Amino acid sequence: MSEILTKSRARNIFYGGSLFFIVVFIAMTFHSHRYVVNVSTAGMPLSPEVVLGKHVWERHSCINCHTLHGEGAYFAPELGNVMTRWGVQDDPQSAFETLDGWMAAQPSGIEGRRQMPFFEITPEEMRGLAEFLRWADQTDTQGWPPTDAG
Amino acid sequence: MKYQSQKVAYAYFMVAMGLFGIQVLGGLLAGWVYVWPNTLSELLPFNIIRMIHTNALIVWLLLGFFGAAYFLVPEESEREIWSVKLAYLQLIILVVGTLGAVGSYLMGIHGGREFLEQPLWVKFGILVAAVIFLINISMTVLAGRKTAITGVLLTGLWLLSLLWIFAFINPDNLSLDKMYWWFVVHLWVEGTWELVMAAILAFLMLKLTGVDREVVEKWLYVIVATALFSGILGTGHHFYWIGLPGYWQWTGSIFSAFEVVPFFAMMSFAFIMVWKGRRNHPNKAALLWALGSATVAFFGAGVWGFLHTFHGVNFYTHGTQITAAHGHLAFYGAYVAMNLAIITYAMPLLRGRAPYNQVLNMVSFWLMTGGMAFMTFVLTFAGTIQTHMQRIVGDYYMDVQDQLALFYMMRLGAGVCVVLGALLFIYSQVVVRREVIAPNTMPKAEGEAA
Repeated sequence: MSEILTKSRARNIFYGGSLFFIVVFIAMTFHSHRYVVNVSTAGMPLSPEVVLGKHVWERHSCINCHTLHGEGAYFAPELGNVMTRWGVQDDPQSAFETLDGWMAAQPSGIEGRRQMPFFEITPEEMRGLAEFLRWADQTDTQGWPPTDAG
Repeated sequence: MKYQSQKVAYAYFMVAMGLFGIQVLGGLLAGWVYVWPNTLSELLPFNIIRMIHTNALIVWLLLGFFGAAYFLVPEESEREIWSVKLAYLQLIILVVGTLGAVGSYLMGIHGGREFLEQPLWVKFGILVAAVIFLINISMTVLAGRKTAITGVLLTGLWLLSLLWIFAFINPDNLSLDKMYWWFVVHLWVEGTWELVMAAILAFLMLKLTGVDREVVEKWLYVIVATALFSGILGTGHHFYWIGLPGYWQWTGSIFSAFEVVPFFAMMSFAFIMVWKGRRNHPNKAALLWALGSATVAFFGAGVWGFLHTFHGVNFYTHGTQITAAHGHLAFYGAYVAMNLAIITYAMPLLRGRAPYNQVLNMVSFWLMTGGMAFMTFVLTFAGTIQTHMQRIVGDYYMDVQDQLALFYMMRLGAGVCVVLGALLFIYSQVVVRREVIAPNTMPKAEGEAA
């Protein structure tokens, strides 16, 4: 091995091969970008309400307790399919009301139970958050999660 | 210490160790909240605790990498650092940014992308610091001797800084947001950071074992080649369920399965170099950390990653405690332990106390490694039960979590062990001034004429 694989050959393989894989990766992500926009998330428009909801989601850092499409912290339930779990995915008004009711009841204060904080969220923002979660729910995630439990 | 400017590394390592302490204490508090969930729930909610735990980790690892670079580049390049002033300026920017970030988190001001929660001005600060660093190190390397170690190290550091750009790109479309987010997160820890890790490991092997540079550097190229060949397309294993095309399932499964190879190679490399090496270096603790890092990285990143990387498995385990188990042991083995290895090697030289065998430091290795291993085992068991109950039976999340209480208690115990180890490590580096056990007198290695 030492005669065939010299140090300079190893170096060239490293730099050349890496460049090759970077190019392939960029090409694939370029295609994926278009696929996301045109196919997997196209079932519902990316409305100003959804965008507002995403900002609300980010401002309160929901991701550091919950998961969304399985990514995030593992301290609180999955929310990528929460609207399906609540049975309100196809009903924006019920989605808003259910979410608003849930958020208003936090924190539960129950001893020995994980506590969700109370968040100051205006009705408009709450509607956006509900729309954002409905938007996430309609994304084609290749059949994940396996059960409605998330 | 051969070059005066290497002293810069001392400041970086001290700040890194301070943040390391904050990181493990944050982790301990988070583990505590899993067992007693009402603790501080209104004053300091779990999401803020976790943010501090993860952010402190990332920043201190980066500070360790920067310190490592400032320590080893002068020796490799046979030059003083291009600008010592810039190196300290870079550290000041990073410290101000870190304090600013922690302060804003405590006041509830933060972003909402996991690990990238830093306020925008802190993100810019990091970018400026990275640019200063790259200029400084590149100028040093360009002026001096060019080695494979500095070449790979610089490639890794340049690429990881370049990828930081994606921290600023946050599309409104959630699936796109997630895809570009992984450009930072995955391509850091399963790509560019591996280059940095391998370069530091190669440097340590060179110094600790005395094996010929040609042999070490050829291994280095092979290791980093396997890392990037598997890791770049291996990004696909994060693209299974976030709204991306189905072809990522096969691409991700196949390539990420090979991500175990560079870690196996690093472990083999470390042990073979030690067997082959003629040098009996007095800094046994540095050798322990280097070998330990390569071994635990193989299990944490390699084996535990492989465990749930195939899409057929990941469909059920995605986002469970299995992921948490893997994340903890992988970060500890690959990056925490490698940073502690270079700190352990460098500190006696930086403080002018070599030869130095560091018995307390070695005790801290076993405390931390034992604690992390136990933590990984109990989280893996918890994750297995969670996967079955939640993903196959379909029980609700909180009902399942109630069944995992025993594992979370054991995880807290393991966490206490890790924190004790970490504090002992910091104490052994910062406070202890004499040998606990008298060292043998050994011939000094190249670059240790201090």
